[in-house]
Amino acid sequence: MLSLCILAATLAVVPLIYIFFYTTGAGLTSLNFDFFTALPKPFGEEGGGMVNAIVGTIILIGLGGLFGIPIGILTGIYVSEYSGSLMSNVVKFITDVLSGIPSIVIGIFAYGLIVLPMQRFSALAGGFALGILMIPTVTRITEEMLKLVPHTLREASLALGISRWKTTLRITLRTASSGIITGILLAIARAAGETAPLLFTSFGNSFWSTSLDQPMASIPVQIFNYAISPYDEWHRKAWAGAFVLISIVFIVNLIVRVVTRNKYSGSV
Amino acid sequence: MQEVLINTDIVAEENIPDKSKKGFVALSTEGLTVTFDSRPAISDVNISFLKNKVTSIIGPSGCGKSTLLRSFNYMHDLIPKSEVTGKITVLGKNINEYDSVGLRKKVGMVFQKPNPFPTLSVFENVIAGLKYTGNNKKSELEEICENVLKLSGLWDEVKDRLKVSALALSGGQQQRLCIARTLAVSPDIILMDEPTSALDPISTSKIEESIFHLKQNYTLIIVTHNMQQAARISDYTAYMYLGKLIELASTRKIFTSPSEKLTEEYITGKFG
Ligand SMILES: Nc1ncnc2c1ncn2[C@@H]1O[C@H](COP(=O)(O)OP(=O)(O)O)[C@@H](O)[C@H]1O
Ligand SMILES: [Mg+2]
Repeated sequence: MLSLCILAATLAVVPLIYIFFYTTGAGLTSLNFDFFTALPKPFGEEGGGMVNAIVGTIILIGLGGLFGIPIGILTGIYVSEYSGSLMSNVVKFITDVLSGIPSIVIGIFAYGLIVLPMQRFSALAGGFALGILMIPTVTRITEEMLKLVPHTLREASLALGISRWKTTLRITLRTASSGIITGILLAIARAAGETAPLLFTSFGNSFWSTSLDQPMASIPVQIFNYAISPYDEWHRKAWAGAFVLISIVFIVNLIVRVVTRNKYSGSV
Repeated sequence: MQEVLINTDIVAEENIPDKSKKGFVALSTEGLTVTFDSRPAISDVNISFLKNKVTSIIGPSGCGKSTLLRSFNYMHDLIPKSEVTGKITVLGKNINEYDSVGLRKKVGMVFQKPNPFPTLSVFENVIAGLKYTGNNKKSELEEICENVLKLSGLWDEVKDRLKVSALALSGGQQQRLCIARTLAVSPDIILMDEPTSALDPISTSKIEESIFHLKQNYTLIIVTHNMQQAARISDYTAYMYLGKLIELASTRKIFTSPSEKLTEEYITGKFG
């Protein structure tokens, strides 16, 4: 049994390590200062970078997080702290279903809801799609972390005459906060790498643009565009983009480690 | 001693002849029944607790001691399938006249396992009940913090460590912190559910000592599984068995000449 486990673990880890080193090898050579500061160049011209896509990804994630994270946290609180009612069971069921919906479907949803009425691709639509994508992850992690908080803490707080809502906010949520922050960062890291929901929402942009009602470049879409091109030069850029994405995920995970080691996190 | 015995009879017989003596009673119940999922955990309990006295509730595990205690501060509200019927009078008013926040400010509770708030410092733990209900005057909070930590006998041990996490304290210190936290909201009645059962003997004796001082200003109702403890700390002792109140009398009477046979059997260790 143990050897089976070890075998499975190896099978799981080896591809990850392989991807990491392969991407690093292939991407690092075309990574330079320009990559982070310059705009993409048309084919045929040397150099150029992805600064618009890097900034674009940050803006899109910001937009998504701005509404996806609070909605996710509040929904998680509702499902965990007010469980038992029919309504909360329905909400829990819906978020579970939502988490299983392929991200491309969420992209189509945002396309129908925002792109079609606005009659153009926009950062807004992309951010919306990423936000929807984050909601079930954030909801679930919030719910699970809140449920880990011992019931006796809630009782202790209520017994002091602290209201139910304040108890949730000041005691329960705070006790679970390091776990919830971890989950949120991981949800962000995941959303940062999503391509499908952005293809027909924020689309892509070869130029510098920070307008929310205009198409916006993002790292994954840029990688996608470079990767399906016939040019070696652009393939190398795609690898470099992939390397940057992986590094972002890696750094986020490192941050998670540091955050979860904060001063009073002993309990959960 | 004579006066105590008179009070005992008042409490035990449940017939307060002189209405003016009602002031002695901090909390009382009439026909109190609590059911979980329609199964009664305690039934038809009539009991009174006198002001500024310590009353212990003893009885075998599962007899309903915690259930009784938790009906005094609406703790059963948190349990979906529970039902509380009968009359409870708290500080002269029907319990229905209090909302849960108001009631819990009058009736504090200390739990079996120390449960300080893990993300808060010692100081923040003590003042949590005040701060999160709207009192933000720093100097006032600091003064209250010092006072209640002194009352719970913890001040000397933590006065230089008020900023550290409450989890850095030992189990016994944590429980005294929880007592201080309860005192900070200045309740009139303090419920304690086996407050020392998770603690070592030294911590236990420290808590018993502070209980002794606390009764000057508070009414204490203490559930304990430990008969020696009941004998040491309480003025009155109630014996419960199978969800019923069997006997309530002065502690001396319960332990020397109980009226009920069931009490005697329990006290003498025939079962339980
Ligand atoms: N939350 C609950 N749900 C269902 N039954 C309960 C609950 N709390 C207590 N009971 C039942 O009520 C009875 C009395 O329990 P309890 O008051 O905890 O006893 P004690 O504190 O004297 O050990 C037990 O039979 C117990 O199973
Ligand atoms: Mg109990």
